[in-house]
Amino acid sequence: MKKRIFALVITLSFAMLSLAACGTKETADGNEKFYIGGIGPITGGAAVYGQHVKDAAALAVKEINDAGGINGYMIEYRFEDDVHDPEKAVNAYNTLKDWGMQILMGTVTSNPGNAVKEETYADNMFMLTPSGSAPEVIQYDNAFQVCFSDPNQGMASAQYIANKGLATKVAAIYNSSDVYSTGIYEKFAEEAKNQNFDIVSAEAFTDDSDTDFMVQLQKAKDSGAELLFLPIYYEEATLILTQANAMDFKPIFFGCDGLDGILGVDNFDLSLAEGVMLLTPFAADADDAKTQKFVEDFKAINGDIPNQFGADAYDAIYIIKAAIEKSGVTPDMSISDITDGMKEAMTQITVDGLTGAGMTWEATGEVNKAPMAVVIEDGQYVSAE
Amino acid sequence: MKTKILNVNKSMGSNLITIGMIVVAYTVCQTLIATGSMTNLLKNLLVAMCYYSIMAISLNLTVGILGQLSLGHAGFVCIGAFVGAFFSKVTISTIENTFIRFSLAILIGALSAGLFGVIIGVVVLRLKGDYLAIVTLAFGEIVKNVINVLYIGIDSKGVHFSMSDTASLNLEEGGTVIVKGAQGISGTPRNSTFTIGVILLILTYLIIVNFINSRSGRAVMAIRDNKIAAESVGINITKYKILAFSLSAALAGVAGVLYSHNIATVQSTKFGYNMSIMILVYVVLGGMGNLRGSIIAAVLLTFLPEYLRFMRDYRMLIYSIVLIAMMLFNWAPACINWRKNHSLKSYINAVVRMFKKNKKEA
Repeated sequence: MKKRIFALVITLSFAMLSLAACGTKETADGNEKFYIGGIGPITGGAAVYGQHVKDAAALAVKEINDAGGINGYMIEYRFEDDVHDPEKAVNAYNTLKDWGMQILMGTVTSNPGNAVKEETYADNMFMLTPSGSAPEVIQYDNAFQVCFSDPNQGMASAQYIANKGLATKVAAIYNSSDVYSTGIYEKFAEEAKNQNFDIVSAEAFTDDSDTDFMVQLQKAKDSGAELLFLPIYYEEATLILTQANAMDFKPIFFGCDGLDGILGVDNFDLSLAEGVMLLTPFAADADDAKTQKFVEDFKAINGDIPNQFGADAYDAIYIIKAAIEKSGVTPDMSISDITDGMKEAMTQITVDGLTGAGMTWEATGEVNKAPMAVVIEDGQYVSAE
Repeated sequence: MKTKILNVNKSMGSNLITIGMIVVAYTVCQTLIATGSMTNLLKNLLVAMCYYSIMAISLNLTVGILGQLSLGHAGFVCIGAFVGAFFSKVTISTIENTFIRFSLAILIGALSAGLFGVIIGVVVLRLKGDYLAIVTLAFGEIVKNVINVLYIGIDSKGVHFSMSDTASLNLEEGGTVIVKGAQGISGTPRNSTFTIGVILLILTYLIIVNFINSRSGRAVMAIRDNKIAAESVGINITKYKILAFSLSAALAGVAGVLYSHNIATVQSTKFGYNMSIMILVYVVLGGMGNLRGSIIAAVLLTFLPEYLRFMRDYRMLIYSIVLIAMMLFNWAPACINWRKNHSLKSYINAVVRMFKKNKKEA
């Protein structure tokens, strides 16, 4: 009897699967709506970034649809998981294409972006990445970025440190197994040669050894560094801050947008983050009405305070809206025509978003916006100007 | 005499069925593509199914035929992927003919993975069982981590290597960085097609089947079944172990080349122990020593997570549950018994018996 029930369950589950497959096919011909797809990791190690992008973009889509859509056309939005893996990202892209996607808001991370950009280029589909910051992602003319590219952040950091005269001896700790981190560091090191400070110690770690930083910190300390440059994500940064404090090493800590989120880490002594400087386009506790409304609405959906990735995605949807309005493309046009229209419009529009006022784009896909340096005081971001 | 002919036919027949299945699947897919009724997702997955199948049957050679547990198979795939991609990127302007370039890339990828198979095999095949599993696991991680910090660039003076960053390659003006550490290789020409994938899969299958049915293959299986007995009849244990192991590595390298030429960008972090375990899952699910089973398992399990996307957030959970159910259905003794009693064959036999009985009565 047991065996029979078991066999029945298996048979049923397979039958269900084959039926479900028939139901997922939808056609997008003769569209009345814009089909915008998103790709990012919502499971696996980088899930927190994808989850924020997914929810923030959904929020923006809902706002636009409630306000009457883009030129009267509603938006259909769907987000697919890529597990931060290029192979899965291409699968996600094809799934979205089968669904009828016309515009891609993705990918969230750089490595998957490198694979997907080949596909969008072959299909001539418009691609706007909220946070895929490697310069290779926007190699082709159909791809644009909302965030700063990694080299730009490295360059801006070096120039900021030099212009403000923050230090003459700088140490760096970066993640050599991460594209984001190495991308920033390499440009930073290159630009440092033109500036009036020296890199006295540069130590790397990898994803497999990201818990103990005593060796790297000791080297930085021995070299007499006055400033420690951390082009890494905030999880490792909290460990570095804690361990540096334990060995009584107190330089200026300087990071990039990856450090955004450091104030939201559980079980982290926030007093250690006092005086940490970071370049970030978005601060969740800024007091303008737009940011506050976004943070509040986002918390209602997701439960967390949005990080910079979420803000980038929210802006991305509004940027797509602005580009559609400028170019006047309509959903019944072919994907290639929509892309050609939006591509041209991107260089003409100016968008005021959460991550920067007066954002404009080059035809290369890079964004122009002012980097904003903040310093942490009393557990708050304060503008460092 | 009669039984002997039957035996030969049985083994031949089984191979023909497998190859026939691949060819039929290929024809069906090509027809679907030609009539435009295949989704983009599936079209893209076809090549992936081919290289995962090749990985599965090549590992089956080590696990099923040689009887040694290897957890570092992804390491060989990684070597094949990077060497093949490197070769293609370097020669893209000198070898114009795509077919020749890609064939050479496959050959070179296979050879270098096979070479590593020999090197590793000589050292680690002295161990067996759990010990071998751990050592191969470590090997896979070493390959992954070394390639992860490797920078290789090319300029007019030749090839430059570095383990720290692109700046220390000291390339002259106009030199290109090909392997970029954690970013891996991007911009590999996308030469992998479904047709090439299927041809390679059939070739791999034939190589393995021929190996199994050869004198060497019988020696390898003798070692698996009873090492002491095999040694006592004069079989050179080390030689045959290394032979099978490196052949398996070389074929994994072929899958790697196919992989890196299917996706424009390849990073070594992809080839961690997770991938090794995944390939092992294909082998175990399909049956150790059962090549056809490995192919079916690889195809199903590549397809399933993508197919389950409509489950949204529960996708990976359902995938795991289906995997457990499939494993039980295939290998739990109670299920095997049940399938024996309810197999298609037994029903057909029952019908035939009934038919015969009726005929007799009539």
